[in-house]
Amino acid sequence: MHLRSSPPPRADALAKATGAERYVLDFAPAECLSAGAYRPGAALNIAHGRVLGVDASAALAVPGVLRVLTAADVPGTNLQGIVHKDQPVLCGEVIRHAGDPVALVLAESAESLRRGLAALRADIEPLPGVFDPEAALKKDAPLVHPQHKGGNLLLGARIEKGDARAALKNAPVVVRGEFSTPMQEHAFLETQCGFARLLPDGVLDMTVSTQAPFRDRFEIGHALALNPFKIRIRAPYLGGGFGGKDGATVQCLLALAALNAAGRPVRMSWEREESILAGYKRHAVHLRYTLGAERDGTLLALSCRLTYDTGAYAHLGCEVMELGMEHAAGPYRVPHTHIEGRCVYTNNPIAGAFRGFGVAQVSPAFEGLMDALAAKLCLDPLELRRKNALLPGDENCSGVTLTSSVHLAECLDELAAHPLWTTRQAWRAAAPRFTRRGVGLAAVFNGMGYGRGLADMAIAKLELTEAGEFLVYNSVADMGQGNAAAFALLAAQELNQSLAENPGAVRLLQPDTERCHPSGSSSAGRTTYTFGNALLKACAAMREKLLARAAMALFVDETQALELAPGAVLHPASGRSLPLTALARFLKRDDRVCVGEFLMPVAQDPPDTGRAFQIGFPHLFFSYGAHLARIEVDELTGRVRVCDFLAATDGGRVLDRSCFDQQAQGGAAQGIGYALLEEFKTRGGLIQTADLSTCLIPTALDLPDIQSLAVDGHEPTGPRGLKGVGEVGLNGPAPALASALEDATGERLRDFPLTPERVLAALNKRRPPSRRRA
Amino acid sequence: MKLSFTLNGVLVRADADPDERAVDLLRDLGALDVKEGCGTGECGACSVLVDGVHKLSCLLLAAQLAGRELTTAAGLGTVAAPHPIQRAFAEHGAVQCGFCTPGMTIAAAALLARNPEPSRLDARRAISGNLCRCTGYVKIVDAVCAAASELSEAPGGETPGAEDQA
Ligand code: FES
Ligand code: FES
Repeated sequence: MHLRSSPPPRADALAKATGAERYVLDFAPAECLSAGAYRPGAALNIAHGRVLGVDASAALAVPGVLRVLTAADVPGTNLQGIVHKDQPVLCGEVIRHAGDPVALVLAESAESLRRGLAALRADIEPLPGVFDPEAALKKDAPLVHPQHKGGNLLLGARIEKGDARAALKNAPVVVRGEFSTPMQEHAFLETQCGFARLLPDGVLDMTVSTQAPFRDRFEIGHALALNPFKIRIRAPYLGGGFGGKDGATVQCLLALAALNAAGRPVRMSWEREESILAGYKRHAVHLRYTLGAERDGTLLALSCRLTYDTGAYAHLGCEVMELGMEHAAGPYRVPHTHIEGRCVYTNNPIAGAFRGFGVAQVSPAFEGLMDALAAKLCLDPLELRRKNALLPGDENCSGVTLTSSVHLAECLDELAAHPLWTTRQAWRAAAPRFTRRGVGLAAVFNGMGYGRGLADMAIAKLELTEAGEFLVYNSVADMGQGNAAAFALLAAQELNQSLAENPGAVRLLQPDTERCHPSGSSSAGRTTYTFGNALLKACAAMREKLLARAAMALFVDETQALELAPGAVLHPASGRSLPLTALARFLKRDDRVCVGEFLMPVAQDPPDTGRAFQIGFPHLFFSYGAHLARIEVDELTGRVRVCDFLAATDGGRVLDRSCFDQQAQGGAAQGIGYALLEEFKTRGGLIQTADLSTCLIPTALDLPDIQSLAVDGHEPTGPRGLKGVGEVGLNGPAPALASALEDATGERLRDFPLTPERVLAALNKRRPPSRRRA
Repeated sequence: MKLSFTLNGVLVRADADPDERAVDLLRDLGALDVKEGCGTGECGACSVLVDGVHKLSCLLLAAQLAGRELTTAAGLGTVAAPHPIQRAFAEHGAVQCGFCTPGMTIAAAALLARNPEPSRLDARRAISGNLCRCTGYVKIVDAVCAAASELSEAPGGETPGAEDQA
């Protein structure tokens, strides 16, 4: 292994920094036709309506418009969805949210497409809609999917451990709270896009900005009655994903367009407004919590009810809620839990996967009650968390015994010792005029992998190319988190190659269903863990093979006497060596390939605590984090300025410190936006924040220099001891900022985001200090 | 309509529709480093230098490029010969998905041309019209400041394309 004082940058960094890297649309041939979906709901102010007809005559008269397709033109089930297939590719009878498409236009150019879409008319009769999950669960509520057995209740589920009711009744101290967390827009800079072509041999050749190219084939195949193995999908680097490109976005529409394009290539690229209108969001959640404890702060029992608004379609709603429920009691020892979850259909925008997958929503609730408990018992909030923090071997709130690595206590210790915490009193007291200062913290965690019920599997292929370089067939899309570069680094270390001296020693092929092996999605903090492990196995096999083959050429009868070195196999005893270029020529192509596979371990003897979950319950591996926020509140405007933010993270062993910090900082930044300024607004299912001028995300002036501390743990099952670190960072800011705000103003805000209006209202309440934290 | 302008030092002639946007023309001409994130001037991904001044190419008409000197990210430097700003972005971990990066480096180049010794706050202000959803900006600001000190230490260090108009 080669070490340098300053490690080389991510393998993809320089190409991206110079603008040389190519993304999906950069690969699209110039002669592409343009396809676009017609989503009339927004313009007609209808979020739920019956489709009476689509009038395509004017659109077809637009020069350059080739086809207008409707539901009648969709072969197959016309239903997409990752687990639950309930979302039409094109709606023929009903639109269930304002972004539902009723037609697909195929045109010669982007310009003719725009004109064609503008000329389309749809006759849609408004239907009564439901926009609030509670209302949707009422008896006579209009049904979003009348054929669904549970009415608007997509899934009701429970986790039951011990006897929470009895324990709460007898608990010496009880705190309660109701919380609500908002929808959130992914706002990746590259909107949903792709291009496709039906080849003469019947293969549908697609290039898509997607997190799950292998699974996409089946989703498209199911919706359009195509053979999934006659669909080829390539996934170049994504311009951001964060969960929003997991599951079909453009895929089925684009495939349908390509089937109707007489073999010509077609592209589809959603405009920003369409991305906001039709893209998946983070679920808005309502949470009702009761927490009981001993007088010394030892947690006894938690009872809570979580209501997830999944919008018009299931997408991953059940799975998102499942993960939220599994984290509902926080990263603490709680002997008795009663956790109820309801995932509800409404006519709101579709909610789906988003970094922090259901967990970002519950974190403000459990941490809010931890603060309430600390205040009630006059305990230090950090001490209270430290006292209850999960330790290795503990049983978590779902009843899983933690045999995996757990370093939450160390994360909290990092905060406790940090000057931002130890100097907090003096810093608070020095608040400038008309401002108040507050310091808050939060402890969070996030499960890794798919959980039980489905194989979290990866298959890595590695080739020694004819040129004597190693080629990693990356199967898990890189949406920006740097997994591809991490794979190059892992392979270089394992194969003893030096990327610093020869960046080409390990090259990467981005996911291509034709050339790479199926390896699941880029999600759930599993990407580097699962594929990384598979790749290490492929590397080990490659090393062994190359030594054995070189032994023949070097006339050595013991492979142990040989070493894999940068660019060569060495025989140190004699000083002889065989360059990899020569070795490569010596071998047949199929002998230059090694394949490794890895299946993520799951919880053995899973506890019998979960009810009604289909897949994904429970998880075995978790990353942990402790976040600290120092804020300044403007008394006149209610504006909150985040002065300092610190994230201490346990993501197992750190493979690349820079990449680790990137994830911690990026996750925290999205979390700060979620907590303070990303107010995604709908009215009657219609989006009020329709573009980036109203659908705000943090700019460089909205964020502090987020500091990242790494707690160097070690997960024995991880590749070089690492765990997934992508998700956990998003979960801390909302609770830490609400905590800091309470410290500053004496008021706990439980409805997010913490907008200036809400903060001002809280400031104006001016409650006496004795009632501060109840 | 026919027009000509200089794109990254090379004179180009193009035929553009009167209502064609500059970003589309540039991408058609092969400047694929110019990205589009919104088309409405909100994200900065399409940033270019027009006669050294930071502009959003999604808000410009192709016709407005006539006779101008245009610099895109690829005109600052290449993988083989990166501009100090680009090298700093790579070395300081300022790049994640990279979709905002070409625009960010253009904003940074414009800043350093008019303010060679920016504070962190100056850097934050200069890139505040360029959205990044991945990084939280910390490492981008690190990179801009590191590039600034490298450029100001090296005499003759300059920002190609951005030196004319400060
Ligand atoms: S594409 Fe020009 S500012 Fe967003
Ligand atoms: S690196 Fe992805 S948007 Fe900036």
